[in-house]
Amino acid sequence: MATKFININLKVWRQKDAKAKGQMETYKLDKVSTDSSFLEMLDQLNEQLINERKEPIAFDHDCREGICGACSLYINGRAHGPDRFITTCQLHMRSFKDGETIFIEPWRSKAFPVIKDLVVDRSSFDRIQQAGGFVSVNTSGNTIDANATPINKADADRSFEAAACIGCGACVASCKNGSAMLFVGAKVSQYALLPQGKIEAHDRVLNMVRQMDEEGFGNCTNTGACEIECPKGISLENIARMNREYLTASMS
Amino acid sequence: MANSAILKSSLAKKYWMALTGLFLCLFLIGHLIGNLQLLSTEKYEAAMRFNQYALFMTSNPAVKALSYVTYLSILFHAIDGIWLTVQNRKARPIGYVKNNRSANTTWASRNMALLGSLVLIFIVSHMATFWGRMHYDANMPLYKVELSAMGQKQSFYRTTTQQFIPVDQVAPSLEEAHKTGKGKYIKNRTELYDANAQIKIAELYKDLYKITVDFFKQPTYGLLYVILYVISMAVLAFHLSHGFASSFQSMGWSHPKYSPFIDKFGLVFSIVTCLLFAIIPVYVYFVL
Ligand code: HEM
Ligand code: SF4
Ligand code: FES
Repeated sequence: MATKFININLKVWRQKDAKAKGQMETYKLDKVSTDSSFLEMLDQLNEQLINERKEPIAFDHDCREGICGACSLYINGRAHGPDRFITTCQLHMRSFKDGETIFIEPWRSKAFPVIKDLVVDRSSFDRIQQAGGFVSVNTSGNTIDANATPINKADADRSFEAAACIGCGACVASCKNGSAMLFVGAKVSQYALLPQGKIEAHDRVLNMVRQMDEEGFGNCTNTGACEIECPKGISLENIARMNREYLTASMS
Repeated sequence: MANSAILKSSLAKKYWMALTGLFLCLFLIGHLIGNLQLLSTEKYEAAMRFNQYALFMTSNPAVKALSYVTYLSILFHAIDGIWLTVQNRKARPIGYVKNNRSANTTWASRNMALLGSLVLIFIVSHMATFWGRMHYDANMPLYKVELSAMGQKQSFYRTTTQQFIPVDQVAPSLEEAHKTGKGKYIKNRTELYDANAQIKIAELYKDLYKITVDFFKQPTYGLLYVILYVISMAVLAFHLSHGFASSFQSMGWSHPKYSPFIDKFGLVFSIVTCLLFAIIPVYVYFVL
């Protein structure tokens, strides 16, 4: 596809710091290559802002290849923008039209407070993970080779699919309830499906759900927005598995 | 920990939502089977069957127990649902300037609290018009049939043991029976007593059929009530089009093999059930 250049209008959330009120600002950006990624477009805008001696826009990014989960923009009313199974860094400007107005907002959730502009604090996810998203392994010289434990192929595959979650938070951002259940469901399932994870399975699900509630995430009502917006295609089945695990764990 | 978790956690609220919601779906099936008796083409047959059903619903001990579970379910489901919705609003104190929700969710799934609240308004007014009169109205009419014998029309009470008692032999109270010299009188709204022996001889039906038909055939407001009823059933259908399958997911009953079937069944269930409910007042108004 031949490279094209488009002119776009941007409406971007600007907020000086965590305490500031913040508002949408309008920018015009000309000659954006349709080959550039969405984040490269923002780089271009920031250069323009710096040349105009204005404060550049703060946004999260790291790997820029869809594996770290750092990028996090709500673009034109959707987490990670249009197109499925991609992160914002994998979104390209060819998905937009010449003259289009693009809205860019941070993730909105009580548990993801805005730090500056488009950057939010996602450490609530870390605390959920710390509450139970791990397996205890004996490292005192007699570690068991992982391949020595036979695992059913189907279970291994489903565990792997759950483990593909990069913790980006798009599920929370797109959920009308601000619920983190797709993330927690994935983290619970990833271990619950493996023999290594069975030992701590009960405590894990109870503790992770408790932490999730304490962080102020909402309650899932099965609208399914998360599954559609998740860049890694994490399935709603993981939420159902968490619901099952939690039910049995809290009864026993 | 386990005990408090099962009552208070986000997931526990979901389990209660799902269980009460599914129980209410079962209740809908029972209620529908009863209502469908109104559709019997033979008029006396319809009235008889419907009044029998009404009596069964208000007297059978097992059904009574179930009805209390139903009242509790509606209350719990509504309170829990509104509480969940309020909490979920708080989980996003600042909303989006631009949000494209229809890209990833159905309208019904986003508006369960609105749909549920409308269903609640319907349930309350529906109970006031029918359930309240059935249970508490002292002037609730008793079921009578008109039979013509030798060119003369005569009214009879039909007893639960299928006897026919001429209405003009029955006094509304013992005093009236003494005054008028009638041989029978009515006590406790539905019990037929012998005036001389003062013993109960039969049980009469409350005429819920008449109440229902009269309600929808009122000259000024009948049509309005039919329309409101049909709209309410459409609202319920939308609530269930998301709710039915959703409750299985909430309980963790998800399986790649069975879930697609549950989704489809939920949709068919919500449409068919609500359509059958809605047909009845339309039939009463336009056909009966
Ligand atoms: C005959 C009446 C009703 C039936 C059969 C019914 C059924 C259901 C079902 C099956 C669900 C799905 C539960 C789940 O996802 O786990 C549901 C959800 C819901 N219902 Fe109802 N419902 C009824 C009345 C009401 C009423 C009166 C309200 C109150 C205001 C209400 C509010 C809600 C809300 C807010 C939800 C979404 C909550 C969630 O998904 O967790 N419903 N309903
Ligand atoms: S489940 Fe998907 S959307 Fe949610 S944090 Fe993980 S990768 Fe991101
Ligand atoms: S920057 Fe790493 S996933 Fe987008």
